[in-house]
Amino acid sequence: MMSLDLQILNLLAALFLLLAFAMLSQRRVVGLVDLLAMQGALLCAATLLLAWRTGETHLYVSALLTLTLKVAFLPWLLHRLIRRLGVYWDSETLINIPSTMLLGLLIVIFSFGLAQPIAALASTATRNGIGIAVAVVLLSFLTMITRRKAMSQVVGFLSMENGLFFGAMSATYGMPMIVELGVALDVLVAMLVLGVFFFQIREQFDSLDLHHLESLREDK
Amino acid sequence: MVGELTFDYNDPGSAALSAPLAMSELLSNPLSLCLLLIAAWLTIGLAGLARPASLLLIGRVLFPLGALVGAALAVIALVTVTLPPDTSVLPIGLPDLPFHFRRDALSNVFLFLLGAAAAGVSIFSAGYFRAGEGTAPGLLCLQYHVFLASMALVLVADDAYSYMVAWESMALASYFLVTTQHRLPEIRRAGFLYLLIAHLGAVAILLSFGVMQGGTWQFTFDAMRAAQLPPAWAGIAFLLALVGFGAKAGLVPLHVWLPEAHPAAPSPVSALMSGVMLKTALYGTLRVGFDLLGGTSWWWGLGPLALGLFSAIYGVVFAAAQTDMKRLLAFSSIENIGILFTGVGLALVFNGVGMANLAGLALVAVLYHAINHAFMKSLLFVGTGSVLHATGERNLGRLGGLIHRMPWVAWTTLIGVLAIAGLPPLNGFVSEWLLLQAFLSAHQVPKPFLNMLLPLGAALVALAAALAAYVMVKFFGVIFLGQPREARLKDAHDASRLEKVGLVWLAAGCIVLGLAPMQVIALLHQVPQQLGIAPPLAGAAHWWMLVPVAGRQASYAPLLFLLAIALTVAVTILSVSRLYHRRVRRAAPWDCGFVRLDARMQDTAEGFGQPIRHIFEPFFGMQRELPTPFDAAPRYRVAIADRIWTGLYVPLASGVQRIAQAVAWLQQGRIANYLLYSFVTLLVLLGLML
Amino acid sequence: MSPLSWLTQILEVIAALAVAPLLMGWVAQCRAWLQNRSAPSLLQPYRTIRKLFHKDAVLAEQASALFRFAPYIVFGAMVCMTAIIPSMGTRLPLSDAADAIALVGLLATARMFMALAAMDVGTAFGSLGARREMMVGFLAEPALLMVIFVAALISSSTALPAIADNLATQTLGLYPSLAFTAVAFLLVLLAENARIPVDNPATHLELTMIHEAMLLEYSARHLALMEWAAALKLFNYACIGFALFVPWGVVTTGTAENPLVLLAALPILVLKLAIAGAGLALVETVSAKLRVFRAPEFLAAAFMLAVLGLLVHLLLGA
Repeated sequence: MMSLDLQILNLLAALFLLLAFAMLSQRRVVGLVDLLAMQGALLCAATLLLAWRTGETHLYVSALLTLTLKVAFLPWLLHRLIRRLGVYWDSETLINIPSTMLLGLLIVIFSFGLAQPIAALASTATRNGIGIAVAVVLLSFLTMITRRKAMSQVVGFLSMENGLFFGAMSATYGMPMIVELGVALDVLVAMLVLGVFFFQIREQFDSLDLHHLESLREDK
Repeated sequence: MVGELTFDYNDPGSAALSAPLAMSELLSNPLSLCLLLIAAWLTIGLAGLARPASLLLIGRVLFPLGALVGAALAVIALVTVTLPPDTSVLPIGLPDLPFHFRRDALSNVFLFLLGAAAAGVSIFSAGYFRAGEGTAPGLLCLQYHVFLASMALVLVADDAYSYMVAWESMALASYFLVTTQHRLPEIRRAGFLYLLIAHLGAVAILLSFGVMQGGTWQFTFDAMRAAQLPPAWAGIAFLLALVGFGAKAGLVPLHVWLPEAHPAAPSPVSALMSGVMLKTALYGTLRVGFDLLGGTSWWWGLGPLALGLFSAIYGVVFAAAQTDMKRLLAFSSIENIGILFTGVGLALVFNGVGMANLAGLALVAVLYHAINHAFMKSLLFVGTGSVLHATGERNLGRLGGLIHRMPWVAWTTLIGVLAIAGLPPLNGFVSEWLLLQAFLSAHQVPKPFLNMLLPLGAALVALAAALAAYVMVKFFGVIFLGQPREARLKDAHDASRLEKVGLVWLAAGCIVLGLAPMQVIALLHQVPQQLGIAPPLAGAAHWWMLVPVAGRQASYAPLLFLLAIALTVAVTILSVSRLYHRRVRRAAPWDCGFVRLDARMQDTAEGFGQPIRHIFEPFFGMQRELPTPFDAAPRYRVAIADRIWTGLYVPLASGVQRIAQAVAWLQQGRIANYLLYSFVTLLVLLGLML
Repeated sequence: MSPLSWLTQILEVIAALAVAPLLMGWVAQCRAWLQNRSAPSLLQPYRTIRKLFHKDAVLAEQASALFRFAPYIVFGAMVCMTAIIPSMGTRLPLSDAADAIALVGLLATARMFMALAAMDVGTAFGSLGARREMMVGFLAEPALLMVIFVAALISSSTALPAIADNLATQTLGLYPSLAFTAVAFLLVLLAENARIPVDNPATHLELTMIHEAMLLEYSARHLALMEWAAALKLFNYACIGFALFVPWGVVTTGTAENPLVLLAALPILVLKLAIAGAGLALVETVSAKLRVFRAPEFLAAAFMLAVLGLLVHLLLGA
């Protein structure tokens, strides 16, 4: 029987996977951002628990960073963008929802199978979470592919980053602080730049549907 | 070694002793008995040619005799399944290539299947075949019994030559049976497609045998067993065999002939084709995979697993959208073949990774389901035969309410419907239960992705089974329940006496197979035991309870189950009638205030299948013609096409046509050109000699 | 096979027969509380059933023997189910006759006979109900089987009493796979028992009915048996859920053979049912009824959750 904190970590990992799945089927953009905030909160809780379990102090700093950035700042920024751009609903996805879920399931199996030999090499107690991390990264990628509105794709991108962070946590108890700060800065800058882009796209096409970008082809 | 009779002329008393001795010698060689019965079938068939138009001879004498022969074959196969294999060489065939025959547990199981199902169907046919169907009854008798005899020969053949002879006679005999009503063009077309794909399969099987002889140029199965093929060649042989036998079994994508040929044939023939002939293909796969090639590699199982699961879903989804009752049953056969091949794939995987007990369990589940399906599908097909005779209708949209006019047919078909939907305590449930128990342990397979994908296979099998229940509710409900959709259905008559015997035989088989699974499994387990796949079963604790997997608590006792339900229902009926009353009043049905309800307002076959068409839309190539509110004569038309036909076969056929036309350029019609061809060939050959 | 186990068996069946209509009444009462209206008395379902038994049965002119016989078979199947589910104790002699997969088979039997009986009369409503019920059924059955699969993998047995025993005697732990399958089971329960969001049990509009449409033609004792069977089905589903996920309170195999312990299991069962009934009413009140063709998506979500639970169990071992 596993110790209580390990059980809670497993539960958090499973919920993390569930949230990634829920993002696949969520049509409301506001809902997507809320799910992203929940993912961030889960990540923060898992980091805190891991920090308490292993006693490494840089994990506390990491948890604080996650809390401010992924639970507070980025979702607030995204909500502000949504309000100013007026994009609340995503149009129909590329393939219908049940097929997307089926594809997601196959991706999960693939990731779990892939992760089993890798997990054997790691030495942490949470190494089984690597499979979940790979699955979340691939599922977020799938979310990005099957969506049409730019906002949903950005949320998918951020979710991918969450997955990578979780993978790092499971495999090696967190990344070196420099790497983490660097990644956080990159994400922040990307968000600001993308925000500017969204306004430009909307000015050009009067909509944030990315299919309009196809009309930029030269032979048209 | 052929059993020999000895008679000592010098000792007349020995005749009295040697007769029972000879009998016991014959009995100790059950293969000779089987061959004798096969010869009996051939004789019966030939006897039909004596008076081809006489229905009395054919219907009252020959077909019942054939049924008796079938029953005898089933009994012998059942009794001798525990005996070790025996072989025989008969000097039929070519001078240097005699026929080798062999009977072992695997053949016994399928011989039992053939004999028992054929007995029921033959008795039914005795009452079914009437004059004026395009072929004389005597000719039908010949083709029918040659069909039965060749199927039995396939099951006991022990070398490639006799196997192919029997296989081809089976295909030819069934072709003639399919085209019984050959004056109709669509039946001729169906027969042509059937023969074409049967021959493609036969070529693949031949190639597989060619690979399996492994350089010894000995085509007996014993030589193939002894030949040690390198793994790559063994894999190629298995794949070729899978293609060949899959074409005969109706595995997607080689299934396109099944929905055409089975409805085109007369109903008893469809019953035999669906119930027995498809199982000979299964027999072939098992024989090649486990016996001749030894079942060494685990990855062989992936092909049957994937194709089987896809066929199961494909078949049942299409069955739900059909409007012709026999096409519906044909697609249902595709579904069950898919489930059978899924089990075969599972058994191969388990065998390849060394999980012997589970491989045995999966194999037993496959064999059980094969026998069950033979009974269930034959019962359903002969039921539709009676309906067709009584009403002249195959279209589901013109039937209905027949439970009142044809009670015998309806109630026996209900047993078949409940069995094939997998409801306890009938036989369909047992084989499904065994297969699911085998899948439940699949997560222990030590291969990385397989241990997660295989439990999903269980979910797909469950989905196929649940959809089969849907299809069967549609089948039974639209044909037998409700109100008659056409006025002349009230003249429908029930089945004749011999037809009733056949129906009751098959229904009783379904019930017995469901209530005595322990005994059936004890006999079926001889097959994995003899093939060296699984160790002998541990002794069972109780004779009435089935506990397939040691170390896991999972048990099923059908007799107890049936008793419990029967008791509960009886107690309910008794207490309700004692405590209250049993008064009944008849009135018109609830019409929601609309007074002119008529039979056309029930669900049609298309209507009942609409949810499936909607949910599984990508499977169908659907064309719809919808009425608008402005039509003076509104029409609704929906046509579904098989995507595999339009996507694979039509381009292939047009490709072959183009190649043929390109080659036809060689035929110019001028004699000078043909002489030129001979001249150039002569020059080239002379040049090569230099 | 001790006398106590037979007593457990019989007591379970009697308790089910007695408590199932009360459960229906309780759910209606909770819904009324949540919707700020007054509900009929808790004992109203009993009165309805008794009233129906006294009436004359009115059968359609073209109804066959299948139609008359089906209510008894459906009722019998539901009663047999109660005998196999460990609602009060896990030492059940009849549970060796059928495991959880046979249980699903019993549900399928009841569903199939109801659908066939609905098609028997030959009106548009009957076949409508039959078609929709079979559609919900064929999607719910694989999801339910997956849920049982996961539970069977954790307890290495497909017999419900063994699963309940295993879970009840283990130390309390968080199983994420069980959490996922519990949600999946809840979704399947809502679909199979004709509850909002899949079907409205109190509707009178024939075109929106799934379960009710199959009962339109039944009257008097047949209708009484069908209604009782529907109540028993909800009871059974609730007890299956308890056995799979919250089996504490059930008399497990290890405890002493004491009739008093058995009698203590009954109030615990009633308490669990009360909480479950209130939860069901809450779920029904906050959800809206789905369009008929959103029901497959609903059940596909249940199936996905069950499969996710399976995969998480295989990966994390929890």
